Amino acid sequence: MIGQALLWFFAAGALAGGVAMLVLRHPMHVALSLIGTMLSLAGIYAALGVHVVAVFQVLIYVGAVMVFMVYAIMLLDVRDTSFTSRYSGLLIPGVAGLALFIGALVYVLRREGPVGDIAPGATAFRVERFSVDFLHEYWLHFELTSVLLLAAVVAAIAILKAKRRGDG
Amino acid sequence: MDNGQLLVALGAVLFALGFAGLVLRRNVLVMLMCMELMLNGVTLCLVVFAQQAASTAATVLVFLVFVVAAAEIAIAVPIVLLLARHKHTLDLGAYTDLKG
Repeated sequence: MIGQALLWFFAAGALAGGVAMLVLRHPMHVALSLIGTMLSLAGIYAALGVHVVAVFQVLIYVGAVMVFMVYAIMLLDVRDTSFTSRYSGLLIPGVAGLALFIGALVYVLRREGPVGDIAPGATAFRVERFSVDFLHEYWLHFELTSVLLLAAVVAAIAILKAKRRGDG
Repeated sequence: MDNGQLLVALGAVLFALGFAGLVLRRNVLVMLMCMELMLNGVTLCLVVFAQQAASTAATVLVFLVFVVAAAEIAIAVPIVLLLARHKHTLDLGAYTDLKG
């Protein structure tokens, strides 16, 4: 019962954060509402019993990605024109497209019926099971991911060098 | 409405909001954050289906998606900073010379 209430609460929080991202003007406020959405999603994952994913959501998304984003916003000039006028010329087609998409979604969900119920916290997915399976069966994927991260580091250094060349 | 339906609907609405933000907003950093919102919506659906199937493989996939998203941001933000330094603005209207 409490799990169910928490699920609805976090779902409402995630939705409110998503809507606020469209409406708010300053990028820092948008970043804060995105952080709120991500924390709500972490709450949903924890309520569902997928604690591993909830921890990763907080550590990787909120802890790393969004802190990086907030630093980037702080580095930039706040008097930019895109900070004062928020919408592009595609406002009306964009809103119409959004309404159409949500309408299609409601139609499909009503037609297809339930996608299968999941009780909050029914099958707790523990870190132990995840880590044993991860390093036994999916070690190759893990190594490939580390290659990807290495490529990202090399690319970031290349961009940094391009920046220096552009200045000089 | 059961929980699965609620969460899949929430994921799709987050995706739609992120896409609308990508089309509507002018600021490049805000557009980048809207892309993150779209990715979060998709991840939510993935987690719901993984939980239904009680599948470890799907959870590993979610973890790998997180890592790829972190790598994407690590590249995208320096590119945006480079563009902002080059054009002196974050307004997407100033980048029309990127058209082919």
